[in-house]
Amino acid sequence: MQYLVSVIDDTAGLATPDEEAAIDAFNDRLQAEGHWVFAGGLAAPSTATVIDNRGGEALFTDGPFVESKEYLAGFWVLEAADLDAALKLAAEGSKACNRKVEVRPFL
Amino acid sequence: MSVAGAGAAITRVHQQEWARVVAALARRFGDLDIAEEAAAEAFAAAVERWPAGGLPPNPGGWLTTTATRKAIDRIRRENKRAGIQKEALLVHDDHPPGPPGVIGDERLRLIFTCCHPALSSQARVALTLRLVAGLTVAEIARAFLVQEAAVGQRITRAKAKIKAARIPYRVPSTEDLPARVSGVLTVLFLVFNEGYLATGPGTDPVRADLTAEAIRLTRLIRALLPGDGEVTGLLALMLLIEARRTARVSPSGELIPLGEQDRAAWDAALIAEGHQLVRERLAAAAAGVAPGRYQILAAINAVHTTARDARATDWSQVLALYDQLARLDPSPIIALNRAIAIAELDGPQVALAAVDRLEHTLAGYHPYHATRADLLRRLGHSQESRAAYDKAIELAGNTAEIAYLTRRRDQLR
Repeated sequence: MQYLVSVIDDTAGLATPDEEAAIDAFNDRLQAEGHWVFAGGLAAPSTATVIDNRGGEALFTDGPFVESKEYLAGFWVLEAADLDAALKLAAEGSKACNRKVEVRPFL
Repeated sequence: MSVAGAGAAITRVHQQEWARVVAALARRFGDLDIAEEAAAEAFAAAVERWPAGGLPPNPGGWLTTTATRKAIDRIRRENKRAGIQKEALLVHDDHPPGPPGVIGDERLRLIFTCCHPALSSQARVALTLRLVAGLTVAEIARAFLVQEAAVGQRITRAKAKIKAARIPYRVPSTEDLPARVSGVLTVLFLVFNEGYLATGPGTDPVRADLTAEAIRLTRLIRALLPGDGEVTGLLALMLLIEARRTARVSPSGELIPLGEQDRAAWDAALIAEGHQLVRERLAAAAAGVAPGRYQILAAINAVHTTARDARATDWSQVLALYDQLARLDPSPIIALNRAIAIAELDGPQVALAAVDRLEHTLAGYHPYHATRADLLRRLGHSQESRAAYDKAIELAGNTAEIAYLTRRRDQLR
């Protein structure tokens, strides 16, 4: 079973060196224990472009699809046996990156 | 068997067997939706057949077998409709059935799943009452004064989340157990409190059905986890509060405070049982097991229910227990209750000073204003007392409490 762990941020700052070190250590553990699928950090929401090609001609719009105080700063895709296992890992991830996270199952 | 006799027997079997049937089916089919629906169908079949044919020798076994057949029928129907051959077993449960015995009881898995921390508190209460206690959606809606559709939706959404997010159907590991048991107890205490201090203008001030249900479920958890001190503590607490239920509201529907209750009207059997449980935990505490909040609250209620009359209350013992509780949980609500004991020991002036310090956190909590009003009244500050009663009445939701506070306010000179 795979889960998306989204990192929720409400500051403009990138991860500090301490946070980066903690994230690296957490990622190493995820890989060693077989939970790792994929992970990545994202550039600021202001760098996003929205594309709508439902009407035959692709429309490009500058900026994120929703403006909000909190935004997606990065994510993990984890392999876990069940929600309890995923929640435990996500709690450690939240501590490592020093941000709130959200867990959502893949279909 | 008479129809009335069969009806009573079915109600009894429903109380004893509902959770067991749902739990067994949830285990077998790995799907709470199927388990709930099939259990409901099996009980409907029992209501139809038992009055004429009499109870089967093993009602629980009959219900489980009938429900299992209903569930298989439903899965076959759905597979046919979907045009696919699907495994009937949808379980994502890698744990073999536990050994027979308390911890292996299927109902525990059900309770822990319904009270999972990833579900909202409202969803936990609704799911537990539906799947474990066997209340209907209509009964739950009536109990919490919400629309039936809202309760139905809450339960449906919670079941969908359990399935999609794969909330495991199991008893948590030893390491997680204390925190998870505490989550279950919170749900049970919420149900009890809603019965004990029912909110809303149209309801009875005390909902005995809800307090009884909460006690029944807590007894079940205690039977399943007899060594857990907080489970025992919560059961003792509920019993000692329940024992005073009939003495707590006057015939005209007004709340009677503890100090003015007719103690002869208290339920002596419930008090004896509650005291026995408190003694059991006191023995554990003497052996070095630190008591949790429910055990301390139960001990406080044991002190109150031991006193022959209100004047005989051992307030220094009550205060010592509140001190112990405050160290465990430094919440303003506990500080407020502690102040009531202080009023009895050191007088209302000292207590009022302690209560006033809580204003910034408790300004929206009606017991804060009711306590202040009472202390101000005892100090002869009628005007301030009246304002505090007004505020308490405005914030209170229980009809008996509002009636009591109103009379007190109107008696001020």
